[in-house]
Amino acid sequence: MAEIVSKEKIAENIYSVQIFTPLIAKKCKPGQFVIIRLDERGERIPLTIADFDRDKGNIRMVFQVVGKTTLQLSRYDVGEDISDVTGPLGNPSEISNYGTVVMVGGGVGAAPVYPIARALKEAGNEVITILGARSKALLIMEEELTSVSDELLISTDDGTKGKKGFVTDVLKELLDSGRRVARVWAIGPAIMMRFVSELTRKYNVPTIVSLNSIMVDGTGMCGACRVEVGGETKFTCVDGPEFDGHKVNFKLLMERLATYKEEEKRALENYRKSIEEEGE
Amino acid sequence: MAGKLQLKKTPMKEQPPEERIKNFNEVPYGYTVEEAIAEANRCLQCSPPPCVKGCPVNVDIPGFIKLIKEKDFRGAINRIKLTNNLPAVCGRVCPQEDQCEKACTLGKIKGGEPVAIGRLERFAADWEAEHGVETPEIIEKKDGKVAIVGAGPAGLTAAADLAKMGHEVTVFEAFHKAGGVLVYGIPEFRLPKSIVEREVENIKKLGVKFEFNRVIGKILTIDELLNEEGFDAVYIATGAGTPRFMNIPGENLIGVYSASELLTRTNLMKAYKFPEYDTPIKVGNKVAVIGGGNVAMDAARTSLRLGAREVHVVYRRSRIEMPARAEEIHHAEEEGIIFDFLTNPTRIIGDENGRVKQMECIKMRLGEPDSSGRRRPIPIEGSEFKMDVDIVVVAIGQSSNKVLLQATPNLKLNKRGYIEADETGKTSIEGVYAGGDIVTGAATVILAMGAGKTAAKAIDEYITNKKKR
Ligand SMILES: Cc1cc2nc3c(=O)[nH]c(=O)nc-3n(C[C@H](O)[C@H](O)[C@H](O)COP(=O)(O)OP(=O)(O)OC[C@H]3O[C@@H](n4cnc5c(N)ncnc54)[C@H](O)[C@@H]3O)c2cc1C
Ligand SMILES: Cc1cc2nc3c(=O)[nH]c(=O)nc-3n(C[C@H](O)[C@H](O)[C@H](O)COP(=O)(O)OP(=O)(O)OC[C@H]3O[C@@H](n4cnc5c(N)ncnc54)[C@H](O)[C@@H]3O)c2cc1C
Ligand code: FES
Repeated sequence: MAEIVSKEKIAENIYSVQIFTPLIAKKCKPGQFVIIRLDERGERIPLTIADFDRDKGNIRMVFQVVGKTTLQLSRYDVGEDISDVTGPLGNPSEISNYGTVVMVGGGVGAAPVYPIARALKEAGNEVITILGARSKALLIMEEELTSVSDELLISTDDGTKGKKGFVTDVLKELLDSGRRVARVWAIGPAIMMRFVSELTRKYNVPTIVSLNSIMVDGTGMCGACRVEVGGETKFTCVDGPEFDGHKVNFKLLMERLATYKEEEKRALENYRKSIEEEGE
Repeated sequence: MAGKLQLKKTPMKEQPPEERIKNFNEVPYGYTVEEAIAEANRCLQCSPPPCVKGCPVNVDIPGFIKLIKEKDFRGAINRIKLTNNLPAVCGRVCPQEDQCEKACTLGKIKGGEPVAIGRLERFAADWEAEHGVETPEIIEKKDGKVAIVGAGPAGLTAAADLAKMGHEVTVFEAFHKAGGVLVYGIPEFRLPKSIVEREVENIKKLGVKFEFNRVIGKILTIDELLNEEGFDAVYIATGAGTPRFMNIPGENLIGVYSASELLTRTNLMKAYKFPEYDTPIKVGNKVAVIGGGNVAMDAARTSLRLGAREVHVVYRRSRIEMPARAEEIHHAEEEGIIFDFLTNPTRIIGDENGRVKQMECIKMRLGEPDSSGRRRPIPIEGSEFKMDVDIVVVAIGQSSNKVLLQATPNLKLNKRGYIEADETGKTSIEGVYAGGDIVTGAATVILAMGAGKTAAKAIDEYITNKKKR
């Protein structure tokens, strides 16, 4: 059981919660995630640890409402408990002094970028962060990322803030400018990570992506999270979640993410109906 | 009482196949008191009893059967529990035909069937569940503190035994529930989860503490358990949890499950009650399960109950080489599962959305016996054919889970990647013991329990000696 100690809506459909899990807060490292189960009937879903406070014993998660479980979590109040939180899971990011690193965060992916960027900054890197979203209202973590970045560049699809276009447009400009970039981290929707990887491949810049495959246990016991990296099958939960973006089969990742489309729609509709009935 | 010898087992009533494929309720109903006594009466009370030697935990079989005969059911269950902490489970899932019942004298006479020892064990355990459990008093308090990693049969048994010896025991379990394969692998219709819960409650009553959602190797290392958390000894019982795949093309298509995933979604997460429970599962029209063990039978029978129209078990050898329990094969056949023997998949074919459409297989023949003593399957060239399927379940075995092992580099492993331990469970690290599937590779519930028992004794001795030092 883990109590929600703070909760905030930080953008349309995006929430930030802090939960009290002292042991996880003490142990976790940037790049790792937890698996939560809200209640007895709940599904186990992975969420990245977006921040941690080792003294207070809290971890922070930032999530987007996309289906039943995330909608349900968004309706939890401070003081309520999440039935199960398992973690830290997955391998931590490889933090070292690379030189100049570019952190690309798309949509809710900006949240997991934050602790990694902070650690890279602390390790002595020059950190350039590219933050992207569909629109200004959906940009998140701007303040936090500014505090750990030497430069923060913003793109929105509709041009309401920063450069109009995609994060890849900003990244391309940067790479074309002749800046020596040692490494890129790209975290966000699969399609974004794919385009970033395709771009950086041309420039020969090593690129790390954090994959968000469907999971059950998160400990290597089921294989639900299988992805293909360099032609080999890997389990995202124990071999990742970070992989070499130039080797990931993104097409497969995206197909597999759609495995339960119909079921997810049904679960969400059912839940919405039950909320309405409750409200009456 | 010396009437005519009853050659056959007293039958156990079951849900009829046409009914049971539509639900997840337990298949056999268990003996009534009369049936149990009738069956107990068949026991010849051999001396020395050959059956006891066939039992990995040496249950006093003639002893408890005699007590059933005398209607002392409490006595019977207490007799079993002297050496077996999970009788309700063992009575249901042990491969008795290869163990106690194989050695039974009655089974050796012409036309005879062994005494239904498993069914009687189940009867005694279920009787106790109905009439209340007597928690044994812990006579002597000892000051040992033991961490158990993994709440499967090996870990639970070691925990219970160590607690009975008076030690303070904490079980760390990665999942949100205790039971290991008993809760996430073996289906409800074979082992109702309420029974596992009952057994776990009994163990809690002994004072054993459970810490769920704790993945050892991630949240705490073995080293930290010993040197920071103050445990005198650690018992590793993490099982053989990593599913193996065949490494054939198409294995990552949508609709290809490992048996572990299919069963975990269904059993632990209750996907068969979706959307009442949140975890979804794909229901196939035509399912192919690859493999021939208990896991394959469970996956096949589960698929049928989830609503598949047709379920095939695709196995590369023939029926006699199948490692599954006889009763499971029999039940699967009764339920209409189709067996494709001497058949091996070569690739899985998908549609334009990456979903399974067909599976290509090749026919096999049996050659000379291999290292396992079973005849080696050899592909028959040019015999490839395709079958239409929309779900493929891979049930070809498990290997050791690496999470803990990778975090414990000083723990010595054997060639197959399992923990190296002596017959008492002692590993290469002082104070660290291991047992169950993580040492032997995928085996059986009773062997895991046996390992847990032996290790409990060794750990008790280790701690006693350590405290003297
Ligand atoms: C390692 C990892 C870290 C993640 N971190 C974050 C995060 O920090 N913030 C965030 O908003 N999201 C994160 N996700 C994605 C998040 O887990 C899904 O959005 C969530 O599971 C959706 O659940 P739902 O019931 O609300 O939606 P559903 O309607 O069930 O699903 C919506 C979509 O989410 C994906 N999904 C569904 N079930 C799972 C599952 N069990 N595991 C993984 N993905 C699933 C599918 O692609 C699906 O189409 C992460 C995923 C992974 C694998
Ligand atoms: C589908 C299926 C059907 C079977 N049917 C039968 C049958 O009919 N009869 C029979 O005798 N045997 C059967 N078996 C085999 C039997 O279940 C196993 O041999 C037995 O469960 C092994 O027990 P164990 O305690 O070693 O491990 P497990 O039962 O695997 O338990 C290991 C536990 O450790 C936990 N764990 C793993 N890693 C960690 C970690 N790092 N930290 C904390 N916890 C961890 C796991 O979550 C799990 O709960 C079957 C197996 C399967 C998969
Ligand atoms: S989530 Fe089950 S193996 Fe990765």
